Amino acid sequence: MDIATFISRFIPRKLWVPGFLLVLLIVLATLPSYAGSNRILFLSATTLMYIALAVSWAMFSGTTGYMSLAVAAFFGIGIYTTAILRPLVPLGVVFTAAGIVSFLIALLVGLVTLRLKGIYFAIFTFGLVVLIGQLAVYYDIHVLGVKGHPVAPTTYPIMYYCMLGLAVATVLVVYLIRRSRLGLALLSIGGNEEAAAHMGVNTTMVKVLSFAISAIFMGIAGAIFGARQSFIDPGATFSVGYSFSPVLMAVFGGMGQLYGPVIGAAIFSLLDYWLSGRFPNYYALIFGVILVLVILYMPGGLVGLMPKLRNGLGGVIAKLRKGNGAGQHANT
Amino acid sequence: MIEALPGVLINGCLVGGVLALIALALNIQYGVGRVFNIAHGEFIMLGAFITYTVYVGYGAVAGGIDPLISLAISGPLLFIVGFVLYRTLFTSLRTRAPSPAAFEGNSLLAAFGLIFVIQNVAILIWTGRTRAYNWEYDFPVPFAGTVFRFSQIIAFALAIVIGIVFYIFVNRTRLGKAIRAAAQDPATAGLMGININMVLALCFGFGALLAGIAGSLLSMYSSISEVMGLGYAIGAIIVMVLGGLGSIPGSFIGGFIIGIIGSIVTYVEPALVVPAYYALFLILLLVRPQGLLGK
Repeated sequence: MDIATFISRFIPRKLWVPGFLLVLLIVLATLPSYAGSNRILFLSATTLMYIALAVSWAMFSGTTGYMSLAVAAFFGIGIYTTAILRPLVPLGVVFTAAGIVSFLIALLVGLVTLRLKGIYFAIFTFGLVVLIGQLAVYYDIHVLGVKGHPVAPTTYPIMYYCMLGLAVATVLVVYLIRRSRLGLALLSIGGNEEAAAHMGVNTTMVKVLSFAISAIFMGIAGAIFGARQSFIDPGATFSVGYSFSPVLMAVFGGMGQLYGPVIGAAIFSLLDYWLSGRFPNYYALIFGVILVLVILYMPGGLVGLMPKLRNGLGGVIAKLRKGNGAGQHANT
Repeated sequence: MIEALPGVLINGCLVGGVLALIALALNIQYGVGRVFNIAHGEFIMLGAFITYTVYVGYGAVAGGIDPLISLAISGPLLFIVGFVLYRTLFTSLRTRAPSPAAFEGNSLLAAFGLIFVIQNVAILIWTGRTRAYNWEYDFPVPFAGTVFRFSQIIAFALAIVIGIVFYIFVNRTRLGKAIRAAAQDPATAGLMGININMVLALCFGFGALLAGIAGSLLSMYSSISEVMGLGYAIGAIIVMVLGGLGSIPGSFIGGFIIGIIGSIVTYVEPALVVPAYYALFLILLLVRPQGLLGK
């Protein structure tokens, strides 16, 4: 008896997914004990970070269709919060503060821009990265009188466990939101905002709230990432690249399902690691080309390909069966 | 402060003229082509680097073509790039999109990807160093207590002239009429016998052409780098929204306003220029989201 038939015979079907997730979680939780090198640990932590970023981005932008290009802004706010608070308070407080600050700024941005047409929102978030970066540089030079912040970096296992906790929390919260009234309201806004408003959905409140919630995870991700650095320079912290990667990952994975961005982020972080080591001069270019091609040819992402793949395979299998059973009718 | 004011204001107008041309280019791409081209800054960067390359030379190839003449190279080259991009990438996005809103979202993301493609190709070609060239017309002109640069005055004048020529083109020619019709209602314009895919691609090409020329003008008086595009793109977006989507005169008025505000803020505190733009943008979104001359 092979393992597939064993599983299908002794484990009820509805336990497959939870069982798989449990095994995955145990493997991930024990990773530092057998990872061997810090490099693997850092790579895994980065992968988990991108999962959190892509999933939280897709929660808002994927469902509503409001393109937020501000992931880097909230991520940067998290890093900068670490730079300011790390010498003063314990790590837990730093992460909480990063989440709260990101939430509040997102709330403010959302309240001002989300009442308007979608394109204004995209415009504003696009420049938000530069705006907040400049303000941070200004605050550094003119108020604090410093150029960058040296910080005491945490260890790799701490970073890893924090990112693992964050990724699990993000996926869990987004899973719950998708099943809640809020999730339904978000989907209805994506379908037809006017109709949703007429059905009694408070569209502005729903958009602003979910945008701000998604910013919490981005801020905390930045704070954990920043805590591993030994020197934080606000000029280099706010880079549009951090907005680009999660968007690319979510679009590649597909935003129709929760697991789409997770798969996209996992594949792309590993690809990023491999390509940046191998072709350091070309990898940003390659990713740009991939994003354009994915939007052009795979608008539903990997998740969108699944039903097609299944139909295709199903068709092939059905044909084979038909061919075996009634060979003489194959031509009719 | 007061005695410096005329100089600051004139400088603001000089900056604003080129900014207006950049915004005008973006306006034609979004107003007609419906592509919110956030990769706009990369076309500007390409224009600047083409001028630099034909003037200074590339590797063993000698340059020597005057920046003023290079406008006739950078403009058409970028027109071809823009036209081909729209005919291939954006047209197939447009025909596949279930709704105009979906097309706007997808083309925005595609343009986002283009930023990384164009920027990194440019870095591969020009190695990612900040550059500038010495130009014979780049001499100081003292006026009103401040020293201006003659190159900047030339760039300003050319930007204004090109903007006016484009305005006349859109308002007085047959093709311009087709462009205005396509901007109002692409489907109906198509029914009236306008080759809509062609007109939209032409508009995107014109936007890229103007961006390339603006980049060439910028290179005459400021240093250039492969990552210069983002700042100009954001400036152009704010000017376009300020002036009103789809309005050519609006882009010019917006350009001068942003140029003057930027110049004043730079005089007081250079680090706060971008925050000042954003403050203006925020007020605008709250008070008059359709812009000064928008419908």
